[in-house]
Amino acid sequence: MKTTVLNDVHRALGARLVEFGGFEMPVQYSSIVDEHNIVRNGAGLFDLCHMGRFLVEGERAIEAVDHVTTNHVAKMKTGQIRYSLVLNETGGVRDDILVYKMPDKVLLVVNASNRDKLVAWFAEHLVRPGAALHDRSEDIAMIAVQGPKAESILAPVTKTEWVSDLPALGYYKISDASFDIAGRQFEGHVSRTGYTGEDGFELYVPSEKATDLWNALREHAGDALVPCGLGARDTLRLEAGMPLYGHELGEEWNPLEANLQFAIKTKKPNGFIGRDALLAGKEAGLARELRAYRVDSKRVARDGMDVFDGARAVGRVTSGGPSPTLGCNIALAYIDRNVSTDAKLEVQVRKSREPLVAHEFPFYKRER
Amino acid sequence: MSTNAPDDRRYTASHEWAAENDGVVTVGITDFAVQELGDLVFIDLPEVGAEVSIGEAFGEIESVKAVSELLSPCSGKVVEVNTELEDALDTLVESAFENGWMIKIAASDVTQLEALLPADKYAKQLDDHE
Repeated sequence: MKTTVLNDVHRALGARLVEFGGFEMPVQYSSIVDEHNIVRNGAGLFDLCHMGRFLVEGERAIEAVDHVTTNHVAKMKTGQIRYSLVLNETGGVRDDILVYKMPDKVLLVVNASNRDKLVAWFAEHLVRPGAALHDRSEDIAMIAVQGPKAESILAPVTKTEWVSDLPALGYYKISDASFDIAGRQFEGHVSRTGYTGEDGFELYVPSEKATDLWNALREHAGDALVPCGLGARDTLRLEAGMPLYGHELGEEWNPLEANLQFAIKTKKPNGFIGRDALLAGKEAGLARELRAYRVDSKRVARDGMDVFDGARAVGRVTSGGPSPTLGCNIALAYIDRNVSTDAKLEVQVRKSREPLVAHEFPFYKRER
Repeated sequence: MSTNAPDDRRYTASHEWAAENDGVVTVGITDFAVQELGDLVFIDLPEVGAEVSIGEAFGEIESVKAVSELLSPCSGKVVEVNTELEDALDTLVESAFENGWMIKIAASDVTQLEALLPADKYAKQLDDHE
């Protein structure tokens, strides 16, 4: 199993480690619920070094990335970040990614579990004369600070090059940055995105500096910044209605069924791999859609459980769990589009059927 | 992670404990199991009068990330259920070996417990696993 450069830090903190995407990662340090709540109310610290970081360079970099992704890179401004998808030729999802438009290059941040698959896919479909791909996953560390207090923790120690200061960095923007934290200096980048539904930032520094950066941040922020594992990351993203590859997205599924139209620009010039199949699927009629539910039970609905309308199976749960913020169990499920949104559905939880109550999507939106 | 398993009872490899007194076996799960499960969200226990079988599920316990079956350490009939646990799962965290007991079984054959682990062997199994 692979490890990130912060593995020793996680062990020293007594984290419970699990396999995720081929990496040994912390699922929790203390309690998933406590870590979840600190991100909703304060600030949490996350190791994201398992994610893949690819740089695409050369005069045809933008055109090459546009060919393999669904969002429109050519229209992005420098310093802008967008959510996007990599599709296969049948319109299924190879990965969901973030695309960063940097001066003279494009950065792609991809899921850990899809890193190797994408290296091969990009070698075949992205790389061309004038567009080179560099896998920088091992060289650049990525650490996130997420939560309403993230800005006040980071602003005093962050100097941004492309905007006046950290508060001026817009949502889904990146800047060159230097950090002066607890007497230590770091050079790299800072971005403002997240997978938690909260305001938050990602810090990018050379991997050999990652442990120093993690420790400096904790020293600087003290108890206000709490290390958080993948368990909380999952409950946070579920409340925020954000898809997780392998749950809501996969090679066999049409992403138009997953509320992701915003990231799919079917009319961009020259199209993209998978576009025609995607449109053909839409033309033929999408079979199902991703819907949000409250589970009216103490039992937790989880990935793979079947959903019924009376005796008829009408869908399947893709993600489910307790929602610490809402104080009930919640689930996302793919449901037959023909099923009315107010139908009285039930989820099969082992031997019992538990009622599902339609819920607004997403479950949680922060106040801005 | 470790255990404070008391030596007045026996243990299953799946982390249940069983304390026998006059043919009635009190059953719970160990402090180690509670730690492993993490944030607890739900417990499903049988009704008084239910028949249970050795090695079979008598209930289930669910945490944020996982669900686990509770396996009966012996066969018999359930004579008492700690129904207060359902709304006070923290009791398991605070007192896995005392207030966190789950069910009491009128055992059909108390010698079944002899196959279970004594406290020191249970603790050693955890150490070996680490």
